[in-house]
Amino acid sequence: MKPEIALRALETMYRIRLFEEMGKTRYNQNRMNGNFLGAFHSSIGQEAVPTGVSLALRRDDYVFSTHRGHGHALARGLDVKKVMAELRGKTDGCSGGRGGSMHLFDTSLGFLGGNGIVGGGLPLALGTAYSAYYRGTDQVTVCFFGDGAASQGTFHEALNMAALWKLPVVFVCENNCYAVMTHVRETVCIANVADRASGYGMPGCVVDGNDVLAVYQRTEEAVCRARQGGGPTLLECKTYRIDSHCMMLPEIRADNEIAGWKEHDPIRRWEKHLVENNIAGRGECEKLRAGVEAEIEEADRFAEESRYPDAEGFRKEIAGI
Amino acid sequence: MPRRGTKLTNQFFVLCLCIFVANHLKFMRELKYIEALNEALLEEMEREEKVFVVGEEVGALGGGFGATKGLLERFGPKRVLTTPISESGFTGLGVGAALTGLRPVVEIMYLDFITTAMDQVVNQAAKLKFMSGNTVEVPLVIRMPYGVGTREAAQHSQSLEAWFMHVPGLKVAMPATAYDAKGLLKTAIRDNDPVVFIENRMLYFKAEEVPEGEWLVRFGEAAVKREGKDLTLVALSGMAPKALEAAEAVAGEISVEVIDPRTLVPLDMETIVDSVKKTGRLLITHEAPVRGGVGGEILRQAQEHCFDFLDAAPVVLGGLNTPIPFSPPLEDVCVPQTADVIAKIREMTE
Repeated sequence: MKPEIALRALETMYRIRLFEEMGKTRYNQNRMNGNFLGAFHSSIGQEAVPTGVSLALRRDDYVFSTHRGHGHALARGLDVKKVMAELRGKTDGCSGGRGGSMHLFDTSLGFLGGNGIVGGGLPLALGTAYSAYYRGTDQVTVCFFGDGAASQGTFHEALNMAALWKLPVVFVCENNCYAVMTHVRETVCIANVADRASGYGMPGCVVDGNDVLAVYQRTEEAVCRARQGGGPTLLECKTYRIDSHCMMLPEIRADNEIAGWKEHDPIRRWEKHLVENNIAGRGECEKLRAGVEAEIEEADRFAEESRYPDAEGFRKEIAGI
Repeated sequence: MPRRGTKLTNQFFVLCLCIFVANHLKFMRELKYIEALNEALLEEMEREEKVFVVGEEVGALGGGFGATKGLLERFGPKRVLTTPISESGFTGLGVGAALTGLRPVVEIMYLDFITTAMDQVVNQAAKLKFMSGNTVEVPLVIRMPYGVGTREAAQHSQSLEAWFMHVPGLKVAMPATAYDAKGLLKTAIRDNDPVVFIENRMLYFKAEEVPEGEWLVRFGEAAVKREGKDLTLVALSGMAPKALEAAEAVAGEISVEVIDPRTLVPLDMETIVDSVKKTGRLLITHEAPVRGGVGGEILRQAQEHCFDFLDAAPVVLGGLNTPIPFSPPLEDVCVPQTADVIAKIREMTE
């Protein structure tokens, strides 16, 4: 990985982490004042997955996200201010306040939305991949989904058809060990979701999802294969969700399990890698982090100051439909 | 000279007759409902490269009932995509492809099977444009045949149009004739929003006189199938021919105005309301179970606009609130028949 890409990876992971922390703070403040702002699904601890995957993509590729999609959006390059404003239901949000946290979009980046339905995006990814084949382009589609979605019927249908027609899609299973509060060992009886790939006739690959370099490298291989007409790949990134499923639910997992995974924090690991390999010094990392901190604070201000959409205008807009 | 003149006049007359006959032969012909759908698909695929069809058996077999017949030979497998039995997967394929600007036409073999793909219809197709703040569009058509008549029991005979009408973000078309089937399908394919296109399986093989060439039928324009002054009879799709039979049977005693809404979303209430203001009586009929059906919704809207004009309580004559049984005599009582419509007309005009 080139030094500038290595540093961009670090910056992106800082951006996701600090965004989630700011988002959680604002969510909890609103909630204490009696205002619910959705559920807020934090992706703290999983930053390396969207970061590594997105670095391997081209601007004209397609990305489908999930309910836990802030990281996917930011890694893809969505405007931090617009994403923050969307989480607050404001008019400057990337979906004008109509989608919220689970429905972030940016068509200019081929970012075709989060999805509130677990497994709902898998068939959609099949569609953009088919469209690329149909139009004769070499665009690749990446579809993020979790270990929970691997038990949905759409997983089977989408993987079967993608392999059948050799479509250019990379299925990225972010296995964060939990579907809400149910551990993956209670929902899947084999060691790896990726082991299912052979049953569909596509390559499957397990990667350490807290190692941004490994995620990047494995994604790059899969993207390259897809772009050259070699068909889909099932890439399973093993990671861990540090926060509870969402801010509305209490934590019920064992403290020592969470603490154990914090030892494998993807950001600290990458900082260490950069320092030890003389790619960046500690000071440089801190400077990068400070820059992102300022950016997140600005986004927070922007979201706060942005107007709410006009309810009367909305009423008029939908009246004729 | 006069003789020569007469001869010229005769020749002119014969020529005119020939042109008239030729034109008539050229411009009017018999077409079955299913052939009309096939023609619409063929014409739209010729016209626009972005249009493709996808579904089970759409290739060599030509679709479950023949709507895609000949398309594989003409356009090849990329544009006529036969899928595994994966309704959710290939409906979603259509939604995803539509997000990128293609115009997929998804065929669901029987309307009943859409139940396995409802997430893709209700949560994805209907909502993506809205949730994205209108930054994406879903120009998708989902075709599906509905209804009874072929005696295929409870999982192949349903009329679920009310489900789709109830979900904001979908348009719903329900043609009753070959003319409307072609004109509405072409409009649906050119529409930039997802359209649920509900076809009547029993009308598929009914032929009618239609013009040659191309025509469109706009959404949101009901068809007044027969004018009348005593009672307004709104009939959905498969009930439209029965409604016309009933109106004919009582003609002379009761003058019935028959209206086919053609599309449920958008719904042309103006035509219905104007008619009720004239007749003072409203009867709505459909094959779907009467409970929670489209008839109740039409009745609600009509009452808001013409309550003071009503001379009798408005009525919805729908299907029985039961799964459809297999046995023919049992199936027949589950949906309104022409005799039921006649009886209801008489009851309301006594």
